[in-house]
Amino acid sequence: MRCIWVIFIGFYSLLFCGSCSNESVQQYEPTPLQLNIPPLFEQNILAPIIPSSNPLTVEGVALGKKLFFDPMLSGDNTQSCATCHAPQNAFTDETRFSDGIDGVFGNRNSMPLFNLAWNYNERFAWDGRELSLERQAFEPVTNPIEMHSNWQEVAIKLQEDSEYPILFNLAFGTSAIDSTLVTKAIAQFERTLISGNSKFDRHLLNQETLTPEELNGFNVFMDEARGDCFHCHGNANNPLWTDNLFHNNGLDATFTDLGLGAVTGDPSDNAKFRSPSLRNLRFTAPYMHDGRFATLDEVINHYSEGLQASATIDPLMKKVDQGGVQLTDQDKADLKAFLLSLTDVEFVSNPDFQNP
Amino acid sequence: MKKTLSLLVVALLLFMSCPPDDSLEPETLTATLSFTHNWDATSVTSGNFNTIQYTNANGEQLSIERLRYLISDVTFIRDNGEAIIIDGYNLVDVTNAEGLSYTVPNQLPKGTYTSVSFTFGLDTEDNVDGAYLDLNSASFNVPMMLGGGYHYMQFDGKYIDDTATVTGFNYHTIRAVDNPGANPTFPQDTFFEVDLGPVTINNDATLEVKMNIAEWFKNPNTWNLNDLDTVLMPNSAAQIMMHENGKSVFSLGAITE
Repeated sequence: MRCIWVIFIGFYSLLFCGSCSNESVQQYEPTPLQLNIPPLFEQNILAPIIPSSNPLTVEGVALGKKLFFDPMLSGDNTQSCATCHAPQNAFTDETRFSDGIDGVFGNRNSMPLFNLAWNYNERFAWDGRELSLERQAFEPVTNPIEMHSNWQEVAIKLQEDSEYPILFNLAFGTSAIDSTLVTKAIAQFERTLISGNSKFDRHLLNQETLTPEELNGFNVFMDEARGDCFHCHGNANNPLWTDNLFHNNGLDATFTDLGLGAVTGDPSDNAKFRSPSLRNLRFTAPYMHDGRFATLDEVINHYSEGLQASATIDPLMKKVDQGGVQLTDQDKADLKAFLLSLTDVEFVSNPDFQNP
Repeated sequence: MKKTLSLLVVALLLFMSCPPDDSLEPETLTATLSFTHNWDATSVTSGNFNTIQYTNANGEQLSIERLRYLISDVTFIRDNGEAIIIDGYNLVDVTNAEGLSYTVPNQLPKGTYTSVSFTFGLDTEDNVDGAYLDLNSASFNVPMMLGGGYHYMQFDGKYIDDTATVTGFNYHTIRAVDNPGANPTFPQDTFFEVDLGPVTINNDATLEVKMNIAEWFKNPNTWNLNDLDTVLMPNSAAQIMMHENGKSVFSLGAITE
């Protein structure tokens, strides 16, 4: 009997010691990365959304950047994410619609990519159909009019590559590549795309002076009796320059693209699209969800004289019966000058965001 | 053995020194304000938005498309006169069904309160431009040319105007302002106190705060949307009328303990 107890105690002692020695082996952890948050963001708005299931790491962001620029994600190895989201265009492209690997064009303008971690309600794309950045990154790879691939093929290609298994291991502690890890890495990189250094930002930081035209343009933007742009596009206390919400801004009297309405199934959401940020407009033409306006002048003219009434037009659209807010030529020119003061040249040339 | 005995004695003493169970009941409670909305007693939620189905006191048919507002400085006055002021605010966003329930961060003593009240909007001391990161993130700001700070309420919708045209309205309440620009002036305060009256609460309680949206158009000023539909923020006379109408908008509903 005594012998059994000795064996019993001995066995558990061994287990105990074994568990101790396991704990002393250091598990590999990738290096945590803190976002480089601009001062006006830090001072004025809530912290960015970083999902606990996909924390930012140095290795994850580096991998995401490589994947973002890698045409291996497309069916015929000709297109990467950057094909339609080019750094020099604030991560959109210059065409009204983008063509996929088969030369087929979509019906939406490619959205610029920056300050995505501050989209607090996490509805992405023009119509809000993607409920996280990770999910958004999942879609274009298999979309038949975009990259027209499938995730099994992509995973195999990456797995057979000489570098990727090592990079995935560094980023996620495993070299077994799948769509979940690919989209996590791309989302990590996208969250680092931060634009917060425009002339207007520097003006707010007392580092630069606006011209009288830019200042008047800002007043047009903020004046409910003139532009009244601020209700949807924010103000000096919100450096995002978007509410990231969905509005029908009076583009059409009848709808061919239901936008958010096609996602929610609610007719009152028909023809509503996400307000884009007004940063970097110099680089992001053409404008609107369908890229119908080639120039900023056309955009401003739309709000001034071109509004179309419809059942879902936002009540914030003023003087719809007159076509819009009826800005003077001077106010239009100054409003454009102000909008261009939100240009962040450093962002589009940032070496951290260029093709590696 | 001696050591074990000592420990037992100490434990026994500690046990005996415990008060009777009755006195363990907490003397404080948690209060929650629950915001509900109605149009002359007909319940309104975001599910009722976007359809022209309400008729205001002036006879205009209208819809609600967006409704969010700020309340602040909830105050409980005890029957001994002590005022418990909760320094803070809550953004009630009916459109997105957020902020409809506001749990007062302080524990309150049980008992009778001669008054429960809150400020609609922000008082001038609290209405500091850019001071609140969550409100900045929600783009609830007021332009500096109008004095800065924050909206008290954004209430948007559509109505059928005198020419039978469906037209938008923006019933936005802010601090009344004249001379918009670099040096605006303020003719009078337009935040106001809402007194819900006396309550007696002895357990954790939820107090329903009812907003009758129709009252914004009714009392004492019959609101004519054909005259006052948009660009009301720089219109101090309109702001003062909204302030007057707002005072009959809120009432105390059910108290659930």
